[in-house]
Amino acid sequence: MDKKELGEFIKSTDQDLEVKEGIQFAEVTVPPSKLHPLAKMLREAEQTQFDFLVCISGVDYGQDLGTVYHLRSTKFDHTVVLKTRTSDRVHPLLDSVADIWNTADFLEREVYDLLGIKFANHPDLRRLFLDNSWGFPLRKDYVDDINIVTK
Amino acid sequence: MEEQVKNISTDEQQEYVINMGPQHPSTHGVLRLVVSLKGETVKSVQPHIGYIHRGIEKMCESITYPQIIHLTDRMDYLSAHINNEAVCLTVEKALQVEIPDRIKVIRTIMSELTRIQSHQLWWASFGMDLGGLTCFFYGLRDREKILDIFEETCGSRMIVSYNCPGGVMYDLHPNFQQKVKDFIKYFRKILPEYDQLLTGNVIFHERSKGIGKLSLEDAISYGVTGPSGRASGFSCDVRKHEPYSAYDKVQFKEILFTGGDTYFRYVARIQEMWESMNIIEQLIDNIPEGPYAVKMKPVIKLPEGEYYQRVETARGELGAYIISDGNKNPYRVKFRSPNFVNLSVLNHIAKGFKIADLVAIGGSLDLVIPDIDR
Amino acid sequence: MLLNMITANSLQLVSAPWWRVLYDFSSLTKSIDEGLNNTMGHFWTVVTEMIIIGVLILLFYAVIGLFLVYAERKVCAFMQNRLGPNRIGPFGIFQTIADLIKLLFVEMIPIKNADGFLFNLAPFIVIIAGFMALAAIPFANGLHAIDMNIGVLYVIAVSSMGVIGVLLAGWSSNNKYSLIGAIRSGAQIVSYELSVGLALITVVILAGSMQLSVIVEAQRDGWFIFKGHIPAFIAFVIYLIASTAETNRGPFDLAEAESELTAGYHTEYSGIKFAFFFLAEYMNMFIVASIAATVFLGGWMPFHVGPWDGFNHVMDFIPPFVWYIGKTFFVIWLMMWFKWTFPRLRIDQLLTLEWKYLLPINLVNVLIMAFIVLMGWHF
Repeated sequence: MDKKELGEFIKSTDQDLEVKEGIQFAEVTVPPSKLHPLAKMLREAEQTQFDFLVCISGVDYGQDLGTVYHLRSTKFDHTVVLKTRTSDRVHPLLDSVADIWNTADFLEREVYDLLGIKFANHPDLRRLFLDNSWGFPLRKDYVDDINIVTK
Repeated sequence: MEEQVKNISTDEQQEYVINMGPQHPSTHGVLRLVVSLKGETVKSVQPHIGYIHRGIEKMCESITYPQIIHLTDRMDYLSAHINNEAVCLTVEKALQVEIPDRIKVIRTIMSELTRIQSHQLWWASFGMDLGGLTCFFYGLRDREKILDIFEETCGSRMIVSYNCPGGVMYDLHPNFQQKVKDFIKYFRKILPEYDQLLTGNVIFHERSKGIGKLSLEDAISYGVTGPSGRASGFSCDVRKHEPYSAYDKVQFKEILFTGGDTYFRYVARIQEMWESMNIIEQLIDNIPEGPYAVKMKPVIKLPEGEYYQRVETARGELGAYIISDGNKNPYRVKFRSPNFVNLSVLNHIAKGFKIADLVAIGGSLDLVIPDIDR
Repeated sequence: MLLNMITANSLQLVSAPWWRVLYDFSSLTKSIDEGLNNTMGHFWTVVTEMIIIGVLILLFYAVIGLFLVYAERKVCAFMQNRLGPNRIGPFGIFQTIADLIKLLFVEMIPIKNADGFLFNLAPFIVIIAGFMALAAIPFANGLHAIDMNIGVLYVIAVSSMGVIGVLLAGWSSNNKYSLIGAIRSGAQIVSYELSVGLALITVVILAGSMQLSVIVEAQRDGWFIFKGHIPAFIAFVIYLIASTAETNRGPFDLAEAESELTAGYHTEYSGIKFAFFFLAEYMNMFIVASIAATVFLGGWMPFHVGPWDGFNHVMDFIPPFVWYIGKTFFVIWLMMWFKWTFPRLRIDQLLTLEWKYLLPINLVNVLIMAFIVLMGWHF
């Protein structure tokens, strides 16, 4: 399916979802509560079969924290982008998709490490690169004491 | 003395934990594997990474696009040229710049040379992981020839930074075509020697066959791309599925195996070297005339939006995901680095094998640690 | 007395041509022994002889050890398209001496929580085992520290003592890698000891004696590797494999597999203690190679082809010591060759190779050899 059909298909499963036809891929914005069911549906539905989670990118949108999921189907070779965001900057919590795609284990740990987004039901949520006392460097309000990063 | 005795647990279930790394000869860098053992058998492997985490993604947010290219070199330093290409293609796609054929062909040839030299170094170090030290010198001897070609054209050997948005930094050296042709001729004779030294060896077969078997389902679920994934039958070659540069103009096979063990990961890489040589041979004689770079604006500003570009590095799929807010530096850059994802499968496939197998499996995944840590 | 224990066989050589007399060390050692006996008592003669032999073996040990390290580096460089050491002295021959001087001055790092006594004892056990094995080896005609009538048994027994040092080193280092390396080494050497022994037994059956000088003498008309037909050749190959494993050299260097266990049992050793292990490895290689040369390739005996008298005379002109060293270094070169060619085995494959393949083949081989000897089919 191309991005238009994909968008229509996803829209048909849930009218509330915000589906946008992006420059390259169909981009779906989902509320955190619907993320896991939608991901599971996309993984298992006959028409889509998104069996390959390419990457999870955590993004700090200023007000919100969010994650971007690039999903691809190895059978149909089509890609969809799921976006979800939470406005809670103190205890951001999203659902883990590690039970759907094994690769999410590491990718979510990376997001947690660098942005501080926690994932519910993650099998082993520990920091990956940095130690526990470190802040979350990819957040826009992160202040580097040694002042290496300046904009 | 009393205390010492107390510390020794009599619990038979207690695991024998060894730290492989951060400084260890077979982790190929500062990777730390916490290995739980029962006798010689590996019970679990926990990778601890971040020893050379440089925050490349954070750094990217404060520098301009042409500068980012020089950071991408430092991720997977063995496929530096292909990493550069990922960012360049993203920028060019965002700005909708039409790239002349000459640049595409140059990039493709350079990418394939990069792939060959990366696989040569992998072969060298993989042989060393298995205890065949001679492989190392054979591999590096031949790699030197490619690095010399790079040096002549790009000005540096490993961290080439040859790509720039809109083209390449300099024109090809006059000797380039002849030297590449000479190399291909030479390497076609030399590659069977690799097979004689390692591939045909009985000990090597014993050490690699059936070790670290990764099924197709797991390969997809763990997102193992590159030759490691293709050895399990996961058709994930970006060059085929989403051709960039001049890959749509050349004929080549996607190397696919179904075995999925260390041996097939090995064979897949050896076969890829043959395929890379085929690609180069198709292009080297007809590099189109034209400019080597398109004139770009002095300050590159990407229009607001999100851009994702994937390329096939020597180790798998590298994705560059750039979110731009219209400024001269990106809002967020995320690199989907193949090694990081490939590392996550290590615990799954190394469980139940011996320590020596863990080393072999780690070598066959071809991990480059700076790419994992970024 | 020690030097007097030359076999009856070699004494018969007095009536041989002049070059045989010239190359026969037994007359020299005998005259030294008699001279000493005349000037001092029996007790002091033995003490003096022991000191002389000790110093000679010590010197020999050091020189051979240093040369082997150099040779290994040159051979491995040759295999790997490199030049090898070429800076210090002509062709870099003083490189290993420079390395030795460096090792002598390197700090010996004390290990916390290590068992100090055993930790320091281990290198000496390894090196002493090598010394003791050297005592039984006939270097040339009559150049023999002690010629026991159970020479083969003695060599097998003494050379396997080194594993105690390896085990102690691994255990006392208080390092997990060292312990794994030591345990691997223990399992490996205990297993391969069997194959070494049985391969040598095959030849002992053929020679009818365990005395090394008799074994050498019996090869006057042809080396055992040719005389014993196929079983002797099989025994030689098995001996080569098993002895490589026993010396912990590649492709059986699991005890110090540097890509797995950093440096195995000697991870924590530094300075001269490390040098001891290093030297012992090369000395063990020399010892097993010289036993292979002695037992299978005729030791110091020149290459003789039965009826070709002219050819045999020409061969006799080459001194026995040169023959011995030449054969030993041929075997060492073989061992280096496959060290630098093959990848390493895994521990379970290593043990499988021994218990499932080498040992049964060896047992059958001994039977066949016994049958051949009984039937008198050997020549």
